[in-house]
Amino acid sequence: MQLDGKFGPYGGCFVSELLIPALEEMEAAWLDARQDPVFQARLTDLLQRWAGRPTPLYRAPALSAAVGCEVYLKREDLLHGGAHKTNNTIGQALLAKRMGRTHLIAETGAGQHGVATAMAGALLGLKVKVFMGAKDVARQQPNVRRMGLFGAEVVSVHSGSRSLKDAINETLRYWTETVAESFYVFGTVAGPHPYPSIVKDFQRIIGEEIKRDLLAETQRLPTAVMACVGGGSNAMGAFAEFIGDSEVQLIGVEPGGRGLDSGEHGATLIAGRPGCVHGSISYLLQDEVGQVQEAHSISAGLDYPGVGPEHAWLKDQGRARYVSATDAEALDAFTWLCRNEGILPALESSHAVAAALASAGQWQRDDVLVINLSGRGDKDLAHAIAALDARGAGGAQ
Amino acid sequence: MTPTPPLANHLTETIRACNAAGDGAFMPFIVIGDPDLATSHVVVDALVAGGADVLEFGFPFSDPPADGPVIQAADLRALAAGTTPARCLQFIAEVRARHDHPIALLLYYNLVLQHGVDRFFADAAAAGVNAVLVADVPLEEAGPARDAAAKVAGICNVFIASELSTDARLAQVAAVAGGFLYAVSRVGITGEQRDVAAGLGAQLARFRAAVPLPTLVGFGISQPSHVAAAMAAGADGVISGSAVVRRIADHGVGTGRDLDTLRDAIHTFTAQMKAATRGAWLPPDI
Repeated sequence: MQLDGKFGPYGGCFVSELLIPALEEMEAAWLDARQDPVFQARLTDLLQRWAGRPTPLYRAPALSAAVGCEVYLKREDLLHGGAHKTNNTIGQALLAKRMGRTHLIAETGAGQHGVATAMAGALLGLKVKVFMGAKDVARQQPNVRRMGLFGAEVVSVHSGSRSLKDAINETLRYWTETVAESFYVFGTVAGPHPYPSIVKDFQRIIGEEIKRDLLAETQRLPTAVMACVGGGSNAMGAFAEFIGDSEVQLIGVEPGGRGLDSGEHGATLIAGRPGCVHGSISYLLQDEVGQVQEAHSISAGLDYPGVGPEHAWLKDQGRARYVSATDAEALDAFTWLCRNEGILPALESSHAVAAALASAGQWQRDDVLVINLSGRGDKDLAHAIAALDARGAGGAQ
Repeated sequence: MTPTPPLANHLTETIRACNAAGDGAFMPFIVIGDPDLATSHVVVDALVAGGADVLEFGFPFSDPPADGPVIQAADLRALAAGTTPARCLQFIAEVRARHDHPIALLLYYNLVLQHGVDRFFADAAAAGVNAVLVADVPLEEAGPARDAAAKVAGICNVFIASELSTDARLAQVAAVAGGFLYAVSRVGITGEQRDVAAGLGAQLARFRAAVPLPTLVGFGISQPSHVAAAMAAGADGVISGSAVVRRIADHGVGTGRDLDTLRDAIHTFTAQMKAATRGAWLPPDI
């Protein structure tokens, strides 16, 4: 490896020796591609004309009134595919082509990363196999069907807790068996080096556009940037450009599930402690001896017991702070944004909206809060409506 | 960083002694606590009675990405029985009290990390462990484990090599590895297979030239014919995991559980695998 992939004490490359040659090759291809104007021009062209970048930065009037400051939504929900995931999969698929790989493999939780990988594979003529926990296959059927339409094969993973962490284990196993022909398109800023850095690189365009558009419109930097955190890729994408701007608050919103005290949540940074899983050291939900625990969230995309190592380092340094929103709060924010802004957010992104609504009264009138609205909620309709109906039947508000 | 010479220890010497007699060493693997600690003791005694030269133990882990379905299932059974790293260490100490066979561990890093890396190597050595292979610690991340092993007598770190390992990488392995070199017969995860990969001979010759430790071949070694093929390719011994664990699943678990049958199955399998190593060792350069 040319770099150690460390973020303070976090990160690194904790994988079987058998995967090291592939990761070394990937690191070299990535370092080379970042300097290659031809690669960058191709990526930019696809992001603009195929995927629809730049996405709008929208001043949300009802949300601004409710929170008590200027609230902007970064509309990644409008990106092709329905979420920020496309930024990363196009980049990694181009890297795979550059390395001569013919197959893409990927894990997926909510299915957004799987869909984005399937789209990229269809675009670039690469075969795609997506590993998805059986639990997620059941609750994200529209995305399963979409992946099929793009020609991808979806493998339902029945091992372990049958959710995202097990899908990652199974993808790592399959990759180890097929490392000569397949490229593992990792979906978030976690995993072994160089993934946290590669994914951050491909997602940082979110924050770059926020900064550029906000400066053009208001001649100032945001007071705070807020984003939901599962593995942490949309948050890292929104934060990266502002890490050096110490006056900009960075706020990550973790899934509080049924409440932090219930033990059924995915608030890794708030309630976990450092450990090693899926190739890097970061905060981890684990028992006292180090067995990884299951996460819980109403949103499959945040249902992960680990988190990207750079978030761990931002937290320890006090550069970012992490709060949580429960399933119920996220569901409230989901309906609130539909009714008041005419925008259907993903349940993942609804956590960030919930945290913004909960922060009402904590801001100066002219503060600028940017929420990264990482995805749209069409994929969540059946699941969210069932949850809302159940709530109605239970007599809750 | 000054490279230290490979550490010869009880484990290395045991393999060399087998080789000196013209045989390969046989190292079976089980997950401790699969399906419970008492059964693991029965299995260990059957492995020893059948002729195992070295014992390799896994600690059950919730998320084992280097393992195929057979060993994943063993991990889950052991975890369901409440097997913790502390109980695993206690188990090893109990085995050590009965048998003087060298003991190697194959486990995942988070269990070592949460125990405390230095404390883990000290406790493992005290329990009777001779060598540790951490499945998700490649050379890049081996510093803490190497330093921890260096503080304790009689324990060393084991590393993996495959057809993908470059000569430069093997030289780095030679500088930090002890015990034996774990040569994977194919690039992949643990599991049984039909045949041993062609091209193993050239690979093992390269390993022998680069790393002055005995080379044990593992991954997919599940029948006597695989042992014969690996020995003919130049192995100093073989490792068999999934084939042993599958017999535990067949005869030690659920409605099919019958300890006498399990004991016989393990004993017979071990004896057959060991027999295939006898007289099969090829000295280097032949």
